[in-house]
Amino acid sequence: MTFQLFVFYFFSAVTLLSAVAVVTVRNPVFSALFLILAFFSSAATWVLLEAEFLGVVLVLVYVGAVMVLFLFVIMMLDIQIDTLREGFIRYLPVGLIVAIAMAVELILVMKSGVFNRDIPEPAPLSVSNTEALGEILYTEYVFPFEIAAVILVVAIIAAIVLTHRRRTGVKKQDPSKQVRVRSEDRVRLVKMKSEERQ
Amino acid sequence: MIPLSYFLVVSALLFSIAVAGIFLNRKNMIILLMCIELMLLAVNLNFIAFSHYLGDMAGQVFVFFILTVAAAEAAIGLAILVTVFRNRRTINVEELDEMKG
Repeated sequence: MTFQLFVFYFFSAVTLLSAVAVVTVRNPVFSALFLILAFFSSAATWVLLEAEFLGVVLVLVYVGAVMVLFLFVIMMLDIQIDTLREGFIRYLPVGLIVAIAMAVELILVMKSGVFNRDIPEPAPLSVSNTEALGEILYTEYVFPFEIAAVILVVAIIAAIVLTHRRRTGVKKQDPSKQVRVRSEDRVRLVKMKSEERQ
Repeated sequence: MIPLSYFLVVSALLFSIAVAGIFLNRKNMIILLMCIELMLLAVNLNFIAFSHYLGDMAGQVFVFFILTVAAAEAAIGLAILVTVFRNRRTINVEELDEMKG
């Protein structure tokens, strides 16, 4: 067994076991932590496949941002685990049957001749992985890249609008009111006679 | 050299585990979102494996975009979850039946 194969087996096993733990442990906090472990070990698998940049991005974006968001939300909400867990045993048989059927079908396809033939080792890239990805991303895929940026902006705005709480009785500025104000509303000129000297 | 089919099998197993998770935890919306993340991870592994063995960078570009969209999806999904919890005090999928579909 070569070193590469050993690394592959090790990280794949960790990924699959932690995925099983994600769906079976009782506490959602532990599920989120096991999901982090799954992301870490798949990042290692990606690095094994010479996708170093994406492996780093997976750890930075997923473990660093998305999973922290998950953990924040889980800890913010006051969840009764017991009511959410009922039905776990009841749906266990059907879930296992569907999953096993699906896995067997997929594995049969992938073990068939189409994917199992010997593909020669691809020629190593002359530039680093990040450089190659950037080169293709900013030329051929520049429009999808811009659309991805728009999608992120939409997500930011949507998340803020959805969770923003409008509180009443708070003294705060109303910018549209401030802009709409006219001088007549603020300054009142009063015509009056000068007072007599006493 | 690791054969391509090894990676595809791992990805298939990961996807199946995520599907089983959706069946088992069909009341808890947070775990459902996590299962979707697991499915996307399996798909990404497929993309990267093919990209490596076919020597084509397009697969990695797709993974890049999938990661972007998945991050946006997770943010919006969790925002909806927080709003639902604020209004109903529960995230049990069975109790969210106002719309009666």
